[in-house]
Amino acid sequence: MAFDFLDRSRSIAPANYDRWRVPPAALAIHLAIGQAYAFSVFNLPLSTLRGITTSAPDDWKLSTIGWIFSVAIAFLGISAFTFGRWLEAAGPRKAMFASACCFAGGFFVAALGVQAHAFWLVILGYGVIGGIGLGLGYISPVSTLIKWFPDHPGMATGLAIMGFGGGAMIGSPLAVALMEHFKSATDVGVAPAFMAMGALYFVFMMFGVFTVRLPAPGWTPAQPRDASGTRRAVLAPAPDVHVNSAIRTRPFWLLWVVLCLNVTAGIGVLGQASPMIQEMFPGVIGPAAAAGFVGLLSLANMTGRFFWSSLSDVIGRQRTYMIFFAAGAALYAGVPFTGRAGNVVLFVAFYVLIMTMYGGGFATIPAYLRDLFGTMHVGAIHGRLLTAWSVAGVAGPVLVNYIREYQLAHGVPKAEAYSVTMYLMAGLLLVGFAANWWVSPVDPKYQFKTGDTV
Amino acid sequence: MSNNTTPDRNLIALALTWLVVLLPAAWGVSQVVLKSAALFH
Repeated sequence: MAFDFLDRSRSIAPANYDRWRVPPAALAIHLAIGQAYAFSVFNLPLSTLRGITTSAPDDWKLSTIGWIFSVAIAFLGISAFTFGRWLEAAGPRKAMFASACCFAGGFFVAALGVQAHAFWLVILGYGVIGGIGLGLGYISPVSTLIKWFPDHPGMATGLAIMGFGGGAMIGSPLAVALMEHFKSATDVGVAPAFMAMGALYFVFMMFGVFTVRLPAPGWTPAQPRDASGTRRAVLAPAPDVHVNSAIRTRPFWLLWVVLCLNVTAGIGVLGQASPMIQEMFPGVIGPAAAAGFVGLLSLANMTGRFFWSSLSDVIGRQRTYMIFFAAGAALYAGVPFTGRAGNVVLFVAFYVLIMTMYGGGFATIPAYLRDLFGTMHVGAIHGRLLTAWSVAGVAGPVLVNYIREYQLAHGVPKAEAYSVTMYLMAGLLLVGFAANWWVSPVDPKYQFKTGDTV
Repeated sequence: MSNNTTPDRNLIALALTWLVVLLPAAWGVSQVVLKSAALFH
């Protein structure tokens, strides 16, 4: 058959295959789908499709356009949940190919929607079809790297998920450059930019499809010898737990709360970063400096993914999340103080640290799942857990925006309007700390036994 | 001959696969770093 090369069996690596050739395949997928974080660069041009220089009466409103990203993130969670088991069975190559088709196809359909000025078509394209591509592409590279790096599972997941954080850094300037190239007196250039990005990302993702490999069954990495000459032991995963059993365990739901609260605290503020720093330091920080602040947060988000997940291999997952929640709560509670003191450097430093831990929370969770539920269905279990992200993706921004508007409506000065939000985020992180504290090994009755149905 | 060249070919393949993803990533990071510089001016 023409598509035989996508089969799981065809992607098994030969003996002595260098496992360091696999992370670029995972990165190619995550760097591409991470473009979703940069979708906001299209917001203003999408709101002036008819008016070109300014919004015409029949142009889409910014609040309406915001739904495109929300729908994409919602479908990321839905598809990861729905197709998690299929991804494990089909293997990474087929999963990545399906992801590339959906993600690129989503761009093409959205381009048609822009050209026809049909908002539902843009939602269907980028939001639904593209969102499904995000979910398909997110899990498979992560679970593949976990299998290749049983001695460094945190570092492996951090490497892949760091790509998702970094994807916005490529996607944002690329989108701006393409729109600039295609725009004319009668066109803002969004539709051709969508077409070009769909094509470019498809080719880039195909690199991942063709280079990804799975380790042969029973493969283990050669371990370095320590000072005494004995080989260092591979970090043993927990006994395997079937995905259907995993979601019936208390640790799964505690981790769901852990991820949801960690993301809620970060995502709400990330979306408000630019107006927040300008309103907390009026006359000191202008739009250009605020944009620099947002860029710095993206860098912190990306580097934190690799740093914290790698560190978790040394200090353990539970301790890593305890640092996230305890230090995160203290930093959030300290942010209003930096504003009142007019200390921009301290404010930026606090947020940079918060963002490294926000990213670290995403990147360390698959290794945490692997420690608790084994590697057999870790991708599928990760898919189920990502519904926490979908919930947080809606709850975080709504919480921050609603509280801010409520305070402004009650006469609180703009510079002070974020204080309650910060204290609330600190409180959420303390709840997360408690949830993480209660995580314990899975009850052996849930472990997969030989003869059970896979 | 082939025994001597195989490790080199592996190394080249390894370097090339990393280059394909690191080049666009480095370009993206450089764009952000340039933008972030405005914060400190």
